[in-house]
Amino acid sequence: MELPVLAALNTERAARRATVLVTEMADGAQRLIKAADIAADPLAEIVDKQLRMGKSGMVEAAGVQYFLTVQAPHPRIVVTGAVHISQAMAPMAKLLDLDVVIIDPRTAFATPDRFPEVTLLTEWPDEAIKGLGLDAYTAFVALTHDPKIDDPGLEAALRSDCFYVGALGSRKTHGRRLERLNAAGFDEVATGRIHAPIGLDIGAVSPAEIALAILGEIVNTLRGPRRTAA
Amino acid sequence: MTVMISTDSDILATAESWAKSGRSVALATVIETWGSAPRPVGSHLVIDGEGNFQGSVSGGCVEGAVVEEAVDVIADGKARTLEFGVADETAWKVGLSCGGRIRVYVEKVN
Repeated sequence: MELPVLAALNTERAARRATVLVTEMADGAQRLIKAADIAADPLAEIVDKQLRMGKSGMVEAAGVQYFLTVQAPHPRIVVTGAVHISQAMAPMAKLLDLDVVIIDPRTAFATPDRFPEVTLLTEWPDEAIKGLGLDAYTAFVALTHDPKIDDPGLEAALRSDCFYVGALGSRKTHGRRLERLNAAGFDEVATGRIHAPIGLDIGAVSPAEIALAILGEIVNTLRGPRRTAA
Repeated sequence: MTVMISTDSDILATAESWAKSGRSVALATVIETWGSAPRPVGSHLVIDGEGNFQGSVSGGCVEGAVVEEAVDVIADGKARTLEFGVADETAWKVGLSCGGRIRVYVEKVN
């Protein structure tokens, strides 16, 4: 692989843009197709199909064998609440190769001391999310218990293609949340996307266990169950 | 929390930074799997001229053999495709204990 091709591949990934590297198996010739250029490519149909599956793989076109290295944007979690659960979640998410962005306008909570090596935004969620953009490779998690902070984030998430939306709180808290969201114009189909109570039902008690339950649910939504019940 | 587990996305970043710092680098990629292969298609291993590596193509079963081959790829610059599986002699030696079969493409980063 030519180093400029490798560098371009890494640049596209860092910018959350899909790309496909095409390697011709017979002679090792390579070229990079950016998402915006796929439609005009001779291999458009096959490249597009592979990208939609989000999977690298061998393909054949007109008797020629190619390997497609598919780079779908990196999955990430956008969290409102620089709270105890998100402190536990940040290092766990890192091990899972999930990027984390934590939003909390309360600067007493959102400190680099409490959140080393995490992207911290001390803005209100609606402002912060405008800058981030939520896409189909983003999970949104509301953890503050404070409607002033969580609700604007949830509303932005429900208007987006986020693959996962979750909100912390008891059934009662969530009931009141649904009333507010309905009043704000979100119907049952929209609010039905919210995972609440949040997380897999593993009886989580501590902040780290709740973080594990939430991350388990996010991974499950991202990858889908692979084993069916016997 | 300083332990870093290498993921496929940072393997390509590692390959770039190794190459830019002047190390000779090869990249191995799982291109096909059959049966219960331990790592999915698209998984990467990056290797330098001294045999240092990061990432995995099989979860530990055949990395040694891939690294050995990668050192040759770095030396002659020619990409090659390696196959490991239960049925061949190499697999008997280096072992894919899970019983799967994989093909690995090894190329030099120029």
